[in-house]
Amino acid sequence: MYTQALNTAEADDRGLEDAAEAAQFQARIDAEERIEPNDWMPAAYRKTLTRQISQHAHSEIVGMLPEGNWITRAPTLRRKAALLAKVQDECGHGLYLYAAAETLGSSREELVDAMLAGKAKYSSIFNYPTLTWADIGTIGWLVDGAAIMNQIPLCRCSYGPYARAMIRVCKEESFHQRQGYEIMLTLCRGSDEQKAMAQDALNRWWWPVLMMFGPPDATSQHSDASTKWKIKRFSNDELRQKFVDATVPQAQYLGLTIPDPGMTQDADGHWRYSEIDWTEFKQVLAGNGPCNRDRMAARRKAHAEGAWVREAAAAYAAKRAQRQTAQAAE
Amino acid sequence: MATPNTPLWEVFIRSRNGLAHKHVGSLHASDATMALQAARDIYTRRGEGLSIWVVPSSAITASDPAEKAMMFEPAESKIYRHPTFYEVPEEVGHM
Repeated sequence: MYTQALNTAEADDRGLEDAAEAAQFQARIDAEERIEPNDWMPAAYRKTLTRQISQHAHSEIVGMLPEGNWITRAPTLRRKAALLAKVQDECGHGLYLYAAAETLGSSREELVDAMLAGKAKYSSIFNYPTLTWADIGTIGWLVDGAAIMNQIPLCRCSYGPYARAMIRVCKEESFHQRQGYEIMLTLCRGSDEQKAMAQDALNRWWWPVLMMFGPPDATSQHSDASTKWKIKRFSNDELRQKFVDATVPQAQYLGLTIPDPGMTQDADGHWRYSEIDWTEFKQVLAGNGPCNRDRMAARRKAHAEGAWVREAAAAYAAKRAQRQTAQAAE
Repeated sequence: MATPNTPLWEVFIRSRNGLAHKHVGSLHASDATMALQAARDIYTRRGEGLSIWVVPSSAITASDPAEKAMMFEPAESKIYRHPTFYEVPEEVGHM
């Protein structure tokens, strides 16, 4: 899970760097070579990637919260096992991504602390509540569906560790989307109340999901450097359009209505959506979404309550190491 | 006293198909036992492997990519190490 809205490149400080090295670096990128952790890279490339990958990781971790909310209330044991596995995957994705971000030189502790201090962002989509079971279906179908659209091009991103992490994530993400769609299909084939619940969830999630792709190209200021560095391969609007075109027929199959009365299909077959309310997006990103405070409070509580475990594990490892050294000395 | 940063480990997994252990990623754990358990949970949730190695990242010595030209030069110039360097008449058949 992910948002392109967070892909903002740092200003390029190449005036301060060796011009020859910078040119050689760009030539490697242009030749589709992968950049690896110990290779020379511009400071702005390192900073941009550290921020993007760590925020992607935070999003995976915070993304466990809205879904975790329904594990104990899943309607059947099969659904419960699947949801638990999905939430475990999100945790795993967060960990692959943190490991990729750390190869750029920040410690795990620094990255996590920046998130807990509110200095690093995570995807705004997780600041919306999961009110009914249909929200779990909608998240899998649409939120994970949007994430896949974003993440597939990242498998070819210029930074090797990030691209490799994305390949693992994408393989697993497909299960998430299918299990979500299956939940929606079951509800839509159920009673009138169940179908109404599915429609209600779609109504609430549709616009926030479209916002996941980030601001429209016309107003997005930072994509140039990311595009030049081949971190980003498609623009926000291109990915959003791909997602809408893929999703409309899926909604039609379910018999659900996309909550956009102005939506039309043009001659090329593309579905044209209405204007997105970007003031809502900015509000949620600024911390004023329905669940921002809850999410931060839950992460801080979990981190604080895990402190004794980290301390005990470190103390145990230190004791063992000391004993081994003493034995070796005998 | 502040808790020290949790050490980093590199994870290698041998997949079912009998290949060698392959690097799959890294993780943090305070000791080897916990590193193995975390590696199982993070990297083998779908039966990806039959065997796991975990190695403290600090134990790895890496070559410097900036020196790669010098490092690998000795092999670059020795084309006679490849089978295609040698001519075998077509009549002899596959060799």
